[in-house]
Amino acid sequence: MTTIPASPTVDAIMAAERAKSFTTRSIKRESKLHALKLAMSMVDLTTLEGKDSPEKIRSICAKAVTPWAGHDCPSVAAVCFYPSMVKLAKELLAGTGVNVASVATGFPSGQYPLEVRLRDTERAIEDGADEIDMVINRGAFLSGREGVVFDEIEAVSRLCKDSGAHLKVILETGELETLDNVRRASDIAIAAMLASGLLDEPGAGFIKTSTGKVSPAATMPVTLVMLEAIRDAHARDGVLVGMKPAGGIKTAKQAWHYLVMVNETLGGVAGDGNPWLSPGLFRFGASSLANDLLRQMQKLKTGTYAAGYDFSEA
Amino acid sequence: MIESAGIFEYATAPEGVRPTLRDRYGHFIGGAFVEPAEGEYFRTINPATEEVIAEVAEGSKADVDRAVNAAREALPAWSALPGVERAKYIYRIARRVQELSRELAVAESMDGGKPIRESRDVDVPLAAQHFFYYAGWADKLGYAFAGGGKFVGIGEDGAPLTPALSPGGEREQRHRVISPVGVCGQVIPWNFPLLMASWKLGPALAAGNTCVLKPAETTPLTALMLAEIFEEVELPAGVVNIVTGAGATGAAVVEHPGVNKVAFTGSTEVGKKIAHAIAGTGKKLTLELGGKSPNIVFEDASIDQAVEGIVQGIYFNQGHVCCAGSRVFVQESVAGEVIAKLKRRMGELRVGDPLDKNTDVGAINSAAQLSTIERYIDAGKSDGGAFWQAGGGVPSSGYWCRPCLFEGVQPSAVVAREEIFGPVLAVMTFRTPAEAIQRANNTPYGLAAGVWTDKGSKIFEIAKWLDAGVVWLNTYNKFDAASPFGGFKESGFGREGGVHGLRSYVTFG
Repeated sequence: MTTIPASPTVDAIMAAERAKSFTTRSIKRESKLHALKLAMSMVDLTTLEGKDSPEKIRSICAKAVTPWAGHDCPSVAAVCFYPSMVKLAKELLAGTGVNVASVATGFPSGQYPLEVRLRDTERAIEDGADEIDMVINRGAFLSGREGVVFDEIEAVSRLCKDSGAHLKVILETGELETLDNVRRASDIAIAAMLASGLLDEPGAGFIKTSTGKVSPAATMPVTLVMLEAIRDAHARDGVLVGMKPAGGIKTAKQAWHYLVMVNETLGGVAGDGNPWLSPGLFRFGASSLANDLLRQMQKLKTGTYAAGYDFSEA
Repeated sequence: MIESAGIFEYATAPEGVRPTLRDRYGHFIGGAFVEPAEGEYFRTINPATEEVIAEVAEGSKADVDRAVNAAREALPAWSALPGVERAKYIYRIARRVQELSRELAVAESMDGGKPIRESRDVDVPLAAQHFFYYAGWADKLGYAFAGGGKFVGIGEDGAPLTPALSPGGEREQRHRVISPVGVCGQVIPWNFPLLMASWKLGPALAAGNTCVLKPAETTPLTALMLAEIFEEVELPAGVVNIVTGAGATGAAVVEHPGVNKVAFTGSTEVGKKIAHAIAGTGKKLTLELGGKSPNIVFEDASIDQAVEGIVQGIYFNQGHVCCAGSRVFVQESVAGEVIAKLKRRMGELRVGDPLDKNTDVGAINSAAQLSTIERYIDAGKSDGGAFWQAGGGVPSSGYWCRPCLFEGVQPSAVVAREEIFGPVLAVMTFRTPAEAIQRANNTPYGLAAGVWTDKGSKIFEIAKWLDAGVVWLNTYNKFDAASPFGGFKESGFGREGGVHGLRSYVTFG
């Protein structure tokens, strides 16, 4: 087992205070449009329900490529589905530049034998998944078996590296409860991806907050702590690890609060500029965010708010 | 490879509200604005633009005399009002401060240079909170102090009134008498003008005193807006009088024989002069003076949050804070990491237009203060400290100093001993807890301290040994109306805030 670096403690009160400070930044009109388009390009348009149908997948894929027909609006970064929908999605999105992400490893609980979880991952990749969103073994983490968590992430990570897929490691922070745990799990995930060689490619490995099946999902303090782990990993190992908050980000306003946080936490960390302000290193896992981004874009253009039904529900 | 989508820029977000300000303000005496006796006015400017905002009356001895007399005349009726009636006035003031919070915040930022983010989120809400808090005490003064008592007002002869007879004709002997001190002369500084006014006026009014308040000469506007609020809520004439001016006006307030109590917040140098001036006069005195507060970061602290605390400790309000954490002591094993993270974080601080909602660090309060800060920076350099200043520009007009620090500072250096009152941090290291305590306490001051560690037992052990009126644990610069604030050693005596803050505004008979 490769060593996992020591993790700093996190003071929850000051972390929450810092996270809140990002929400008081004002972004004016011109920057807002840029921020909205940037946020759109970072969306992983997601549906993860037992009742998902091929028709719903078709709707989402169409929306992913062209969120706002007839307007200057980028495609989203990826769609995110259960493995059974990957083949279809891959056919629909061929040549569009929109990636297909698949949850795997016994999502959302991860409570399956390791060989089943690895096979789940292999199948998704065989079906054409560009990105794998795996879940960590929270049972092992919370019982202190960090080596198990590390080894399992490393195994999945090797599968991804060998097949050229990217990986997002879902910590399920709502189940980890404390920010100390969030930081520790982030450090373990990054160390495991590093050990597998996945991180040789910038942006090939992400850490992700949540499955969306547990409340609370993504919060700003949790995301801040994960961004700090990413920042420290860059300082320590020179790697560029991506970040994906998922679940609960529904409004454009929330999205740009997150972008402000990325801007101020990772700006200047990797030389001039901020590579994390791109879909290659930052994603929003969301379903309803895209339409609110569109509403705000329309507001900037016309000065009036559109009704919810003015935009297609994917 | 990663394609960068371009840098994420904030645009300026100027606060739109503009307060209604007069071109010229007289003194507020006896419930109305009056012309100064000698007809002199001075200008108050916006330190971010150097533009004149308004002219303000220069207070002479005659003006102070008039104000003290008005306060004296108002005292018997005000102090004899039932507590619940005094409370109603103070609640009205508090509500009006809340209602006018944006106007007051903008005026505070225009006159003093502090970022609107702070005046809006800290100064004005806390000022309102202090009025609300002390309004609540006005009818409970008999229960505010250990042993209780019977609160009575002051009579026309200046002596406490006699408590009423019980129904049986017996005088109540069980209770001691608690009465107002009388006329309070209050001299406040320029770093938190409205908040300091509320700290001083809230407890004084609740306890039935009348006041002569002298705001700082560079920041008189929000106190004068407060005077307009007093007019609006029909506070009885003379209960609060505001005389503007510089040091000589303050001295006239302090030295006036009709003043029963002096409350001063400001520099230790002036505080000492005041103590000399009133020695032997029988006046009561509270002093809230300077500081050189230590912020101690242990190796087991949550480092990112400790860095946040260091920034809040010293760069809040451009370092114009009496309890600023201007000396940081970092445990040697984490000094490199802390300093590197601190510098990166300092680079994220936005310095500029105080009225821009994105601004983190505003303008230095005055040209004089800027030259003081620059003098200290020069002294720090010649003492051999390694100087580092966050990059970036500053506006072409106005008074500015980008956040900066000195590394490798020795405890004997001027920047480690004297209060700079600017965004200048002295960083020092230590190896053992005993050394941290010894270095932290090695100062003539004792206003505040910060301790950063994730270990609970260490927090309490260290806090026990620090000579400071306030010790913040894993946080810094947090204030609350219910919490007392004040100093040890040359940082002054007496407490403001909380029930403790009432103690200086009553006498026991």
